[in-house]
Amino acid sequence: MAAVSSHAGMLSGSYRVGMDIKLDGISHHYGHTEVLRNISLDIPAGQIVCLVGPSGCGKSTLLRLIGGLERPGNGRVLQVGAPPADSLNPLTFVFQDFALLPWRSVKGNVSLVLEDHGIRGKRSKAIIDDVLNRTKLADFADALPKQLSGGMKQRVAIARALAVNPAVMLMDEPLSALDAQTRELLMDDLVALWTRQPFTAVYVTHNLAEAVRLGHTIVVLSRRPGRIREIISIDTPISERRAGDPVCQRKHDLLWELMREEARAADEELIDG
Amino acid sequence: MADTGAGKKRDGDGPIEVRFRGGGFAPRSLRWVGVAVFVVLIAMVQWGTESGWISALTLPKPTDVLATFRELWESGLLFKHLQPSLTRLVIGAALGASTGIAIGVLIGLFSYARAGLVPLVAAIFPIPKIALLPLFVIWFGIDEGSKYALIAFGTFTPTVVATYGAVDNVDRSLIRMGQSFGLSWSSIVRKIVLPGAMPGILSGLRISLAIAIILLVAAEMLGAEYGIGAYILEAGSLYDLERLFAGVVILSLLGVLVSALIGFLEKRLLGWRI
Ligand SMILES: Nc1ncnc2c1ncn2[C@@H]1O[C@H](COP(=O)(O)OP(=O)(O)OP(=O)(O)O)[C@@H](O)[C@H]1O
Ligand SMILES: [Mg+2]
Repeated sequence: MAAVSSHAGMLSGSYRVGMDIKLDGISHHYGHTEVLRNISLDIPAGQIVCLVGPSGCGKSTLLRLIGGLERPGNGRVLQVGAPPADSLNPLTFVFQDFALLPWRSVKGNVSLVLEDHGIRGKRSKAIIDDVLNRTKLADFADALPKQLSGGMKQRVAIARALAVNPAVMLMDEPLSALDAQTRELLMDDLVALWTRQPFTAVYVTHNLAEAVRLGHTIVVLSRRPGRIREIISIDTPISERRAGDPVCQRKHDLLWELMREEARAADEELIDG
Repeated sequence: MADTGAGKKRDGDGPIEVRFRGGGFAPRSLRWVGVAVFVVLIAMVQWGTESGWISALTLPKPTDVLATFRELWESGLLFKHLQPSLTRLVIGAALGASTGIAIGVLIGLFSYARAGLVPLVAAIFPIPKIALLPLFVIWFGIDEGSKYALIAFGTFTPTVVATYGAVDNVDRSLIRMGQSFGLSWSSIVRKIVLPGAMPGILSGLRISLAIAIILLVAAEMLGAEYGIGAYILEAGSLYDLERLFAGVVILSLLGVLVSALIGFLEKRLLGWRI
């Protein structure tokens, strides 16, 4: 049981200094299309950094670069500090389309990412039970993805990410495939998860309400080629943010102004061809 | 009546029920329809042959075919023919399908395998394998070896093509997910690529196994003492339509059996599909 208690200890115990991510002059091209230009950014441990920007500005690309799924054309992605020793997969994605294996049950989808680390049997069961409890899926452990609603599928994906004890979660529009109510509920869930155990996250979204609700820092990217247009930080602790909170509302309006200019410019570019 | 409301004359302001147009495109399992088609066809032939509307030289009476079939069963000759045929089919098809799946997966996964083997497969696919039987006889011997080879070779090519197509169709985002969680290459292949390709592989097997039955008969016609093909050839050369048809019925039953087997596998393995 030692491994399990260390896993659980990480969840409930005090937060330790984790791993920062540092982006150093990242640029990227696809063929002749310049997608990202000279992005430098610090992602401090224990904070949620939201990335917002117009469609096609390279947010998903940047996230893939951070997670090592693609190589940047220029610049480097640096890990500063060591990830926690019990982190099985320091950089862990939560995808917009959930990316669950349809032929595996909820339990099976979580155990998929443990099997390769030699975690089987009792240890695996303890971790799976823990993450399914935290994402309120305990009753659906044996269901197949086709039997679940969109919100539940995304909770499975979040449970799977939590199971490997990530140092940094890379979330690409995790809630955008869901309806507004489910989105609200899942945002509450994420806030609760973070409050219980602060995690580091890069959270891509085009929904400004999500950004001001979850982000410690919000990075606004310009239209393609994506550059950092503005970095906004919100000091209100995320557990205390409420809808209609004046500080959040002001940040929201500020973001909206910035985004509107970019979106309009991006639209006109498309019309011009 | 296609009445969307717009085209139909309205009686006053009465509401019009919206026309349902969402049906179809969702096959259900209606087993009895297939049976009914067979029954109706056979009944028609029976009626035709009895009334003389179909001459005895055109088609045999279904009841006579059945009698021949019973005779075959009772004399034990049926199993004498069926046993070697089934052995050839199982060994040949298993060889061909398993190498086909293995090579197909390799083509799906490795660029060099794809570049080197796809043209080769395209080159051997259209060759009527039966034309190569003399060659197989030289290579693998006049008896069972050449028959296994022929069936295996004939099953191999369609299985390869179906398998690499199925591997190509595996959702890339699932593979990306596997990589993002640091799964090993072999885990990704075993736990993501193969299950994801399974629907395509199984539907490819349906075709390959039907081809295997065709080749089995062809091989047996060209040289076998016992086997369904030999039986049909003998009946045909004596113009014994009843026995010919009894043989054909066995082949059809074999086809239905194989298809049912794949259907069973699909139910077991692909229950996760929506
Ligand atoms: N694999 C690829 N090959 C070629 N071009 C690509 C590739 N992936 C993305 N692009 C292009 O790069 C640009 C940025 O794409 P990306 O998906 O990163 O944008 P995004 O900001 O995530 O957009 P969205 O808000 O729509 O998700 C787009 O113009 C896209 O067409
Ligand atoms: Mg995107």
